[in-house]
Amino acid sequence: MATQSPTRARRPVKKLDDEPQLIQLLTPEGERIDHPDYPLELTAEQSRALYRDLVLVRRVDAEGTALQRQGELGLWASLLGQEAAQVGSGRALRADDFAFPTYREHGVAWCRDVPPVNLLGMFRGVNNGGWDPNEKNFSLYTIVLGAQVLHAVGYAMGIQRDGTDDAVIAYFGDGASSQGDVNEAFIFAASYNAPVVFFCQNNQWAISEPTERQSKIPLYRRADGFGFPGVRVDGNDVFACLAVTRAALERARTGNGPTLVEAFTYRMAAHTTSDDPTRYRTNDEVELWRTRDPILRLKTYLVAQGQADDEFFAAVDAEADVLAAQVRAGCLSLPDPEPLTMFDYTYTEPHAQVIEERAALAEYLDGFAERGNE
Amino acid sequence: MTTVTLAKALNMGLRRAMENDPKVLLMGEDIGKLGGVFRITDGLQKDFGEDRVIDSPLAESGIIGTAVGLALRGYRPVCEIQFDGFVFPAFDQITTQVAKIHARSLGTVRMPMVIRIPYGGGIGAVEHHSESPEALFAHTAGLRVMACSNPVDGYWMIQQAIASDDPVIFFEPKRRYWEKAELDETATEAPRPVDRAVVVRPGTDLTLAAHGPMVRVCLDAARAAEADGRSLEVIDLRTISPLDVDTVTASVRRTGRLVIVQEAPSFFGLSAELAAQVTERCFYQLEAPVGRVGGFHAPYPPSRLEEIYLPDLDRVLDAVDRAFDH
Repeated sequence: MATQSPTRARRPVKKLDDEPQLIQLLTPEGERIDHPDYPLELTAEQSRALYRDLVLVRRVDAEGTALQRQGELGLWASLLGQEAAQVGSGRALRADDFAFPTYREHGVAWCRDVPPVNLLGMFRGVNNGGWDPNEKNFSLYTIVLGAQVLHAVGYAMGIQRDGTDDAVIAYFGDGASSQGDVNEAFIFAASYNAPVVFFCQNNQWAISEPTERQSKIPLYRRADGFGFPGVRVDGNDVFACLAVTRAALERARTGNGPTLVEAFTYRMAAHTTSDDPTRYRTNDEVELWRTRDPILRLKTYLVAQGQADDEFFAAVDAEADVLAAQVRAGCLSLPDPEPLTMFDYTYTEPHAQVIEERAALAEYLDGFAERGNE
Repeated sequence: MTTVTLAKALNMGLRRAMENDPKVLLMGEDIGKLGGVFRITDGLQKDFGEDRVIDSPLAESGIIGTAVGLALRGYRPVCEIQFDGFVFPAFDQITTQVAKIHARSLGTVRMPMVIRIPYGGGIGAVEHHSESPEALFAHTAGLRVMACSNPVDGYWMIQQAIASDDPVIFFEPKRRYWEKAELDETATEAPRPVDRAVVVRPGTDLTLAAHGPMVRVCLDAARAAEADGRSLEVIDLRTISPLDVDTVTASVRRTGRLVIVQEAPSFFGLSAELAAQVTERCFYQLEAPVGRVGGFHAPYPPSRLEEIYLPDLDRVLDAVDRAFDH
């Protein structure tokens, strides 16, 4: 019998009931429940709009995975399973608020009106960022874990100096919660009472490492030590994510400082298309989380409430297919960049070394062109 | 004309930049009431308030990372890193974020940020307080790297760095903070462009190129060599990225000899890059191989040994002798 490592704890499959203080407004069975601190009134139209967001975002994500499998993208980071966390929080933002994503926030990007095909440039390798952050109030995808969380706090400090009531949301994951930058961001935000919401999607897995490897306590409770409130929300419940994020943003914009929101969710797909999750997690766990699907529970609710009919669901599915076809066509028509563009934007005005090296490469490449013409 | 130290000149330059542009903010550890451990920000919090002169938590990555957000929001943060050896917690933010955001955003986001670093040895300090890490930053595209050597340049270059829309790593030679010069603060324009080296002492027989604290050493060496009948030209490089190779090659074409002096280790340093570029361009004008005088490939030594580690007059003249003996 193998010796049990003293540093390796057994990992039981988590049940939602085990999670203390989990804010939930829509159960996995599609039952609407109230929470005294997070009242939420939505019209049928608003609920349908959230459903449409979830379905379209999932469809875009599936197309991203398909494009990678067909060799059109070098990599894709799937958000499958995290749609409610992203759409709920993303729809809580006002136009002038600013969001700082990781590299998986395709659902938030959707809420910020970033065209889905613009997300693909980085994954296809034609650019490193496909939108103007200041036009969308949505920063560029940031691959270095946690770096963007400090940027969010700095942006929030700028808002304080401008005297507006905008707020900022910083996205990161359970893995990044171990990063120094995230912890420093908590300290700066607390110290300056910055108008920022820290939105941690705890999807249970940092590639192969479980959340238990990152934290001995539930992540939301970390906020206590930094001096601001933390709250855990059912990250697969779009209503709860909307209500909790909206409250945290309101708290920020009224001068009451930061909040840590831990959206308790699950990464249903691999970390990225390069990952093989069968090496580190069980099928039982995945199947358990499948029963907590964010889209299915909202559909059940809409049907039970008589807020949507088959015609609506069919129309959303059809729209999703059209969108996916647009994403695919847009991806295939993304032009390869010209070689010399690699020097563009290194500086606001090219400096001596850039000018010299670009000229040398141009001359070298021209040599091939001349020989080709002989 | 006023007689000012480099420390005071930098303080005056920061003040003027803050007066000229309300978006300029200072951030750093102990820069408020204390005025910074070297007093470079002395009195600025009192006059500009805590919102513009920000005492930060003791976290260097936090300082630079939040400065990125402030820059994104339209501010021009000027960050103080207390000592050279303490910049490394922020190295990730500087190299993966600050340096690349303009390119990553295809030019839509600018990072007008200055990171001031008191650097170099010669003050008898403890470990991590005497280093010269400029090559690490010059190796990263997207950053501009400057080093001032005297009060007049300190006053003007810090303002030029703040006015730059690119991020600037601004090295201040801490052992020269108390050296004085005459400064005309009524002038409205910087006496020279920011991205050029300058000949600070003309000569005909050999070129000495240096930056920051070593410019003074090279000027002393040139004076000493004069007694031996050798005329040395001294160039203050001032900017490390971009590197003004043209000014150096123009000099070397006249003198035929070059010795490069730096405090930082020679191995993989600025002097290696400059020697390679000058050799490529002036191969037939060179009378001797390019000489290098610098720190050694060893951790910066305990301060009782730093006089041996740091290039001084004798080591520079020794390299000059070798260039003439070749």
